[in-house]
Amino acid sequence: MTGHDVVFVLVGLLTAAAAILTVTSKNLVHAALFLATTLAGIAGVFLVLAADFLALVQLVVYVGAVAVLFLFGLMLTRAPIGREALDNQNRGLAIGVSGGLFVVLSALIVDAVVGGSLGDTTVAEVTGPGIEDIGMAIFAEWVLPFEVLSMLLLAALIGAIVLARREPGDSGEEAMATRIDFGDAPPTEGTDSLSSGSLPELTSGERREGGP
Amino acid sequence: MSPLGPLLLATLLFCVGIYGVIARRNAVLVLMSVELMLNAVNINLVAFSNLLFPEDAAVSGQIFALFIIGVAAAEVGVGLAIVFNMFRNRASVNVDDVDLMRW
Amino acid sequence: METPLWVPLLQVVVIFTYYLLLTALLIWAERRVVARMQSRLGPNRVGPFGILQTLVDGVKMFFKEDVTPGMVNKLIFNIAPIVGVVAGFLSIAVIPIGGEVTLFGETFTLVVSDLNVGVLWVLAMGSLHVYSTFLAGWASNSPYPLMGGIRSSAQMVSYEIAQGLAVASVFIYTGSLRVSDIVAAQSGSGFVEGVPGWYAIPLFPAFMVFVIGMVAEAGRPPFDLAEAEGELVGGFNTEYSGLRFGMFMLAEFMSVVTMSAIVVTLFLGGPAGPTFGAPDAVAGLIGVFWFTLKTALFIFLFILLRGALPRYRYDRLMNLGWKVLIPVALVWTLVTAGMVLLEQEQGGFGAGLRLTMASAAGVILLWLVATSRTPRDAGDRADHHEVAPAPGDPAAGGDDDVLATHGEDVPRTEEVSP
Repeated sequence: MTGHDVVFVLVGLLTAAAAILTVTSKNLVHAALFLATTLAGIAGVFLVLAADFLALVQLVVYVGAVAVLFLFGLMLTRAPIGREALDNQNRGLAIGVSGGLFVVLSALIVDAVVGGSLGDTTVAEVTGPGIEDIGMAIFAEWVLPFEVLSMLLLAALIGAIVLARREPGDSGEEAMATRIDFGDAPPTEGTDSLSSGSLPELTSGERREGGP
Repeated sequence: MSPLGPLLLATLLFCVGIYGVIARRNAVLVLMSVELMLNAVNINLVAFSNLLFPEDAAVSGQIFALFIIGVAAAEVGVGLAIVFNMFRNRASVNVDDVDLMRW
Repeated sequence: METPLWVPLLQVVVIFTYYLLLTALLIWAERRVVARMQSRLGPNRVGPFGILQTLVDGVKMFFKEDVTPGMVNKLIFNIAPIVGVVAGFLSIAVIPIGGEVTLFGETFTLVVSDLNVGVLWVLAMGSLHVYSTFLAGWASNSPYPLMGGIRSSAQMVSYEIAQGLAVASVFIYTGSLRVSDIVAAQSGSGFVEGVPGWYAIPLFPAFMVFVIGMVAEAGRPPFDLAEAEGELVGGFNTEYSGLRFGMFMLAEFMSVVTMSAIVVTLFLGGPAGPTFGAPDAVAGLIGVFWFTLKTALFIFLFILLRGALPRYRYDRLMNLGWKVLIPVALVWTLVTAGMVLLEQEQGGFGAGLRLTMASAAGVILLWLVATSRTPRDAGDRADHHEVAPAPGDPAAGGDDDVLATHGEDVPRTEEVSP
């Protein structure tokens, strides 16, 4: 056990625990926070694996943007809490599939690494390419995938705006104001009818006049 | 350092992600679980390139991981936009409730 | 080469003390300057010119009753302020406050850690700061804090993009993510002899974007929508009191200092400056002087903005971020890349051409800012007359109430303690 291994075990245990809590937590916001912890832990794993640049990118993109986006998603969709509300009936199936897969995969990995079919895999000192190497490789060898990725991001940007945007005359602002959830309370009847008032075929104004 | 640890951690994260995708019913939580699986793949890629093939000074693993991060960001953006739309139209983000196209 | 343990310890202690000192001075200076702008006196009882007021207030905060409201999510409620302070402390770790110093035969730089990804580190810690406000708002389980938390996190995430792009043009120009390389590349004179080679000159649009973005990122007036005491009581920290509220105050003021330090480092050469032929051992300390001077300049800018400008409306804030700052920063990143490429391919181009390009860019930027007020905005303004009260407006009882304990009530005769 080198110092590297010890650090890795600590970071890895934290990451694994946070990941398991992410999928079992009964509170949505707690789940999102555990996800952020997991992602930060993975950044730590990258640091141990001598991938500094990737670790910082992970922090900036995942912890700084993606996890915050998830938190927004949870706030704006006003989800109820409690396991019954968040989980479906498939928990047994899920445990079976994921547990079975984990057992099989880890058995294969342990066999390959410890059993020696990969040869001697223990690295004395972990090294990784520097930032210059990564930059040169991206813009020389991998420039085509890079451009495709940028097109994908542009398409996703436009697509997300188009999807999330309200049509004009959809009584946007009013419904938006009622949509913000002020806590953990499950949605009540009154707010429900308000928010479903923005059904595409039925503007909220019509709905309130005619009544459902 | 042995690659055993990172690979096992990645396996665990991947399986936890699968559990989340199957067992969760809130669409945002399902998206989160997908993120876990993508991150597990990232750990694997970095571990392979830095631990198993360090002599090539292989940048490919890290570059793949960077691409995956970019794709995941795009996926979350579009995914959450779809979830918002779903919430607006059905007042629910449960994946079970979106069974209109079910045969 | 083995450095003894006391060197990193000394670095950490010196730098954190320096920043805490600067933060304390900022709080005092802000109250004095804003008071002067409003024909008041500001704190003047404790110490000469009231300079120890911050210390006294800190002690007061520490001993005040710490109320935890009943319905809050206790764990997150307690964690949120700590996250803010920790992120603030961590982000200054990569900023050098001075040059190389030689002490007891050991030569070291006045920086906690010179990471090879230092610039990204600053951005990452900035994004951790979002969690502090967001979680505080959510955990309080109360409408106004939640509004403040959501507002501020949307604001920070948006302005982070513009800031990140501005920083990108810096490191494209330098060719390195290491902060010490960026500082070194700015020392000496620039493309015109006698003018310092600070990036604020060739990268002027990026500099402007960063300065505007940093005010928003620090959540300071005119972009303090997170607190907006005229609309949201106190924003995300409404439910906080005592020590934890003090931590939020500390985090906010520290982010002002941090942002000033970062902009000085990235665009104004950091600790670089004339050393007047001093020996190397002392030159590093002269760097501290220049660094402090430049940082103080930006801190003063923050204070002036707070005293002078009314709060932005939220939709206009978002418009500014997404429709002005991000396009400008994006274009300038491309232009910077083009400049660097031209320089590499053709061995550079003349100072005249560069100046022309820079001024043309400045004109484009001004044009963008000027035309960003569309007719629709003007109509909006006519409809909504309820402009938020100026944050420093004494009649509106701005957030001065929070800090000011004695200052305003004293008679208008300057009483300077001996």
